[in-house]
Amino acid sequence: MELYRSHVLVCGSTGCVSSDSLKIIDLFNKELEKHGLEKEIKVVQTGCFGLCEAGPIVIVYPEGSFYSQVKLDDVPRITEEHLLKGLIVHDLTYKEPGKKEASDSIDDMGFYKKQQRVALRNCGVIDPEILKEYIAYDGYAALAKVLTKMSPEEVVETIKASGLRGRGGGGFPTGLKWEFTSKAEGDVKYVACNADEGDPGAFMDRSVLEGDPHTLVESMTIAAYAVGANYGFVYVRAEYPIAVKRLQIAIDQARENDLLGEDILGSGFSFDMEIREGAGAFVCGEETALIQSIEGRRGMPKVRPPFPANKGIFDKPTLLNNVETFANINQIILKGADWFAGIGTEKSKGTKVFALGGKINNTGLLEIPMGTTLQETIFEVGGGIPNGKAFKAVQTGGPSGGCIPAEHLDTPIDYENLIALGSMMGSGGMIVMDEDNCMVDVARFFLDFTEEESCGKCTPCREGIKRMHELLDKITEGKGKLQDVDKLETLAKTIKKASLCGLGQTAPNPVLSTIRYFRYEYEAHVNEKMCPAGVCQALLQFLVIPEKCKKCGICAAKCPVNCISGVKGKEVYLIDQAKCIKCGACLEACPFDAIKKG
Amino acid sequence: MITLKINGFEVQVERGATILQAAEKVGIKIPMFCYDERFKPHGSCRICVVEVEGARSLMTACCIPAADGMVVQTESEVVVEARKEILDLILANHPLDCLTCEQAGRCTLQDLCYQYDIEETSYEGARKSYEKDVSNEFYTADQTKCILCGKCVYMCSQVQNTDALCFVDRGFETHIGTPFEQGIAESTCVSCGNCVSVCPVGALMPKRREKYRYWEVEKVQTTCAYCGVGCQMELLVKDNRIVEVLPVKGHCNEGLLCVKGRFSFDFVNHRDRLKKPLIRKNGELEEATWDEAYDLIVSKINEIKESDGPDAISAFSSARGLTEDNYLMTKMMRAVVGTNNVDHCARL
Repeated sequence: MELYRSHVLVCGSTGCVSSDSLKIIDLFNKELEKHGLEKEIKVVQTGCFGLCEAGPIVIVYPEGSFYSQVKLDDVPRITEEHLLKGLIVHDLTYKEPGKKEASDSIDDMGFYKKQQRVALRNCGVIDPEILKEYIAYDGYAALAKVLTKMSPEEVVETIKASGLRGRGGGGFPTGLKWEFTSKAEGDVKYVACNADEGDPGAFMDRSVLEGDPHTLVESMTIAAYAVGANYGFVYVRAEYPIAVKRLQIAIDQARENDLLGEDILGSGFSFDMEIREGAGAFVCGEETALIQSIEGRRGMPKVRPPFPANKGIFDKPTLLNNVETFANINQIILKGADWFAGIGTEKSKGTKVFALGGKINNTGLLEIPMGTTLQETIFEVGGGIPNGKAFKAVQTGGPSGGCIPAEHLDTPIDYENLIALGSMMGSGGMIVMDEDNCMVDVARFFLDFTEEESCGKCTPCREGIKRMHELLDKITEGKGKLQDVDKLETLAKTIKKASLCGLGQTAPNPVLSTIRYFRYEYEAHVNEKMCPAGVCQALLQFLVIPEKCKKCGICAAKCPVNCISGVKGKEVYLIDQAKCIKCGACLEACPFDAIKKG
Repeated sequence: MITLKINGFEVQVERGATILQAAEKVGIKIPMFCYDERFKPHGSCRICVVEVEGARSLMTACCIPAADGMVVQTESEVVVEARKEILDLILANHPLDCLTCEQAGRCTLQDLCYQYDIEETSYEGARKSYEKDVSNEFYTADQTKCILCGKCVYMCSQVQNTDALCFVDRGFETHIGTPFEQGIAESTCVSCGNCVSVCPVGALMPKRREKYRYWEVEKVQTTCAYCGVGCQMELLVKDNRIVEVLPVKGHCNEGLLCVKGRFSFDFVNHRDRLKKPLIRKNGELEEATWDEAYDLIVSKINEIKESDGPDAISAFSSARGLTEDNYLMTKMMRAVVGTNNVDHCARL
């Protein structure tokens, strides 16, 4: 085995690849060769490090130096200074928001301190395309243990005892699902993985597939052994080309090495799997719609019962879990159910990956123990709100989640707490909003998505979301009445109660939660025709502040509809509100801050 | 057997029966748009929602199995509120042209809006608008009136096995169409009209030859005379003329008809229809009595048999005749005329 004195890890996941990390890898290799270091230092293409905000990311070990937003021009410097002379290039390493100096090592970074990586343990650590690297990190040891030392019943019992719950949205106890499928009658059974990560902004499943694809192959094989299946499907969105490619590489490698296929590891157990690419419908993340899609039908949810555990793919008993759920399995097998159950809260065990975005300093993926408070997640791991703005709300659970206000920031994150607050865990999206966000507009924004993604099958979802959206349009345009808010609330409740699948049952959450916590904003829109956050265009007024106006006329020159009048050098300028189209050009143009928005 | 309570009434049903079936057993009616016992349960319209004690959301009576100890309310405040909202939503996207709509009197939407006092929709906003597909010879498809219950699609795919219809687009834009939106005439449609029969509103309508209202017609149940299957059907008769034919859930046809039974009834009142036998005399067809006609047939058969033998004669009978008639025809040919030259149109 070759030994290297230093490793240069470069993120090869979608985010960093889109900002040229593959070219950075090539250049590092060339630079190393130029300096004759190629035998001493190894460049590794890894999965995602999580802090995508700072990409492309390069980490140099053994120091753990975290270089962020690395440009091609930085590569020769890092090579000459750090790799050749051993001097960390401090002006290129990541400086956390609010800190005076850049951290020397990834271990000192606040973003990583509170994290506990179980599902993401290998992401950003190993090269996902090399089986041996996965094996070096205990890869396939869990499968070997299961096949040689455990009965299928013992595997099911272990998963049940761990308390693991589905990470894809519903939070159903995973062990129970395994038990139902194992007990279901049928000569043919399937194991399927839901990798149709449809929530905008959520990319934990993609991260696992891109950074640690073998973990899925291994866990699905373990699941198949436990429930008595011999074939599996991974339903992954076609918009994840890197994930599809790496997973296929992993499947092929596993097959070549007796880890997949006939008689796995000589145990007599056989299991194989294939990838099914989805065409990008959000609703195909719903399990029954996903099954329809795998069968080659239009992705539309079906009534349950029968549940997939009894009648799933091609009407055969099917175990369906999502990527993040599977990513926990091999660790539970290796470290034991007690270890896993020791993390988290009473009813929500283990860790959860969140995709943090919006008005937050550290945009990216993080994995924290269940029970971590929203406060810790947003302000410690997430690094707080940029530009000194005040926190207003956090929306958890993707487009169908609810908005949680500041007074509930001390809530420990778990399934039950989020539901009690009118939101949900969902697949782990977490979007932070600050004082500049209008909550009515936020609700409208999310409905824009769910309206489009409703499959059109059931009446409340298809027709109701459209009408909610129209009512919100009316309110944000200043044409709403107080009755419209009440109407919105009753409609939302009916959609929630009467819709067929999870999409319709949760789509009203953004509306209901914003009415619950920010009713005064709705009332301001309908009663005072005002948007307190200054977002809703139709309700804005641009005004010249006479005391500040220097009569320069720049605003009038910039106005595209000539609605600002005044005499240069002599008269204070005035905006004709009837003609103003509220584009905001004057506000941006004024060099003296003499124009206000309100 | 399992026991449950619906609106306070205890009811026993077989395991696997739905809430709807249980309710029917005690005479409780539950409204529905999309349900049909011939389809796999799909629960699309949601109008049949009921309240089940302890359940997180409302349940569709048409597809949720009854469970032991279940306590169900079919007309509670929550249920009625939800149904009213659903009707309100459907109406917000459906033309209010009941005055001229040909489905009036047979329209489930009309009936349920009446039942739940929905006079008009409370919503403004977008409404669907599609061009009517009139390309089929026998029926029209007006997606503007469609409430997307899906019955036509499931009828076509699960019962008729033709797969001519499908859902197109998503969300509010969803509508029923044909593959690649080529129109019905270009699809695999066989014009059986079974989709038309199950449409609860006026989206799929037979092309009418004359004007009639469903409350003006007399219904006459009969057996279809086109072939020997024995499909049961209902003739809708106005002023002693058949104006439409609807399928009846008979033992052998289960509520289905084919293109002939459903749409081809014009001949009954057609002015060219033969009502008396015709005999060609001096090159012209002239009306004759049945006795004259039989005499001519008998004399001709005897004549040919005499001159050229029985095998110079053959008989061809119609599938529209009864099985007994066809039997008698072959018997006559074989025993009386003395030939095996018999054939039948259904063999072609």
